[in-house]
Amino acid sequence: MNRGRRIVNALMTGVFSVAGWVAIVFIFLIFLFTFKETVPIFTDPEVKEEANLHKFFAEQEKGETVSDRYIWQPTSDRPKVSLWPIILGTLKATFVGLLFACPVGVAAAVFSSEFAPAKLREVIKPVIELLAGIPSVVMGFFALIVLATWLQDAFGFTYRLNAINAGLALGFALVPIVYTISEDGLSAVPRSYREAAYALGASRLQTALSVVLPAAAPAVFASFVLAFGRAIGETMILLMAGGNAALTSFSLLDPLRTLSATIAAEMGEVVVGSAHYSALFFMGTLLFVITFISNTIGTWVIHGMQRRMGGSAS
Amino acid sequence: MKLVARIVSTFILSLAVIACGGREQTSRSNTGSNKPLTIKGSDTMVILGQRLAEEYMKKNPGAVVQVNGGGSGTGIAALINGTVDLAQSSRAMKDDEKQKAAKARGSEIVEQAVALDGLAVFVHNTNPLQSLSIAQVRDIFQGKVKNWNQIGGPDAPVVLYGRESSSGTYDYFREHVLAKGDFAPAVQTLQGTAAIINAVGRDKNGIGYGGIAYAKDVRPLGISDEGKAAVAPSEATVADGTYPLSRKLFFYHSQNAPERVTKFVQWTLTPEAQALVTRVGYFPLNQQ
Repeated sequence: MNRGRRIVNALMTGVFSVAGWVAIVFIFLIFLFTFKETVPIFTDPEVKEEANLHKFFAEQEKGETVSDRYIWQPTSDRPKVSLWPIILGTLKATFVGLLFACPVGVAAAVFSSEFAPAKLREVIKPVIELLAGIPSVVMGFFALIVLATWLQDAFGFTYRLNAINAGLALGFALVPIVYTISEDGLSAVPRSYREAAYALGASRLQTALSVVLPAAAPAVFASFVLAFGRAIGETMILLMAGGNAALTSFSLLDPLRTLSATIAAEMGEVVVGSAHYSALFFMGTLLFVITFISNTIGTWVIHGMQRRMGGSAS
Repeated sequence: MKLVARIVSTFILSLAVIACGGREQTSRSNTGSNKPLTIKGSDTMVILGQRLAEEYMKKNPGAVVQVNGGGSGTGIAALINGTVDLAQSSRAMKDDEKQKAAKARGSEIVEQAVALDGLAVFVHNTNPLQSLSIAQVRDIFQGKVKNWNQIGGPDAPVVLYGRESSSGTYDYFREHVLAKGDFAPAVQTLQGTAAIINAVGRDKNGIGYGGIAYAKDVRPLGISDEGKAAVAPSEATVADGTYPLSRKLFFYHSQNAPERVTKFVQWTLTPEAQALVTRVGYFPLNQQ
């Protein structure tokens, strides 16, 4: 290697590592900032008076129904900051989204990796991955205008915008995540597994469902976890299609409001440094922690699977 | 390898963004005389502000006026933070906001009403109800009336649509209709009056509120104030003050604002600009 080349090499290595570290530092700083704005909830006496962990999670109001007892109304003359209606809304949308996206995504992955002819597979994969490129505001608008009307006409829902409508729209955005990772996992299952199954007289369907899919289970599980992380953080679709009512309700037919949508809708008008402001940042921290944990679990599982596959093939 | 490529491309992209940002700033400072007049605030007033800005720019070549929405609260917050020249608001600025703004900007805040607006309560075209009292509207939006048959309508659940809390329309409605009480948690908060009109137009059990100028494919109800006869919202009833839910639309700027701000605000009170107000669907001030 001549000298010029060596210098270029060293230089590029430097650039790459700086770029890599910049990304990590940014994430760390964002978390630090979010957390810093949350701190007044624990320290500032004025903020603590209006918003604290007890007010976020414990029952504050009296009433017959749960929706009267847990209320999010931070701009009221008598502010009420229960987080339950919003956490519940987030979980409902996520639940419906995953309920739709997981089976569809895995089925599509099994089909394209085990059954589809090579040519068809070349089409399916990019098309489903293209779905991930649709801006969520477009998906939200579609759900708001078209999907909500279809669902209401078909099932006669009282509320056009409800957890099912929002969850389905969210599900469309999750399918590519589940599909891509599951498909990679299925394709990574060594050929020898399939050949062994065929040699024992298994049909293609039996091989796919009882040999290949279980072997790829960690990847499939990881895809669910990553989809969960995305669903928790998704904002625009749920802001538009969920109806945005902070209602403490377990029914999937009621409108809902999510953590991320609340931050998006209310951050614009909030007085900097107020209890409401800190409460919104508390939600942000909550989202950050949940997403971080679920993504970490997902990544671990993928790594574990890759190790196991590598070991068994050798 | 893929990851590295991604990181590098992100890095380059962000460099490009930073570079562009810098250039924009220098070009702006070069043409100091044409510094844009920035307006932000009420979503109700966005169309009005844009029409006024277009006409004003036509009349004054070289002037640049930028109008943004976001809600009255957002506009006022921006005025306090000093990021805009002029705030549009569909509610009067609160005293503590005025104090905060005066402190931050170093001069008093000037209020200028620019138009009148009627706030209508809309229902689906097929809803048989013709009018409601303010007390009935209050009970509906506070969740005490849950079925249309409680107020003489068909046996069907009431579906509520409202604005998000950064909206001046939300504040006005909460103050004047709900008597500062709270909305029911079941109110679905949508982004903008147009979204409410759209939702109510598609929902036969729906009810929502918003500026009269937006009413299309929905039916505005007549509103009656304690014991009086119901009055349908129209240009005449808003202008003469008989329609109970009318309000002023405001401009706010600081007293020491540059000339480009005060000149624009003064122009909006001319008969020519007020004629534009009527064309957008609001009501001129001088009729009152």
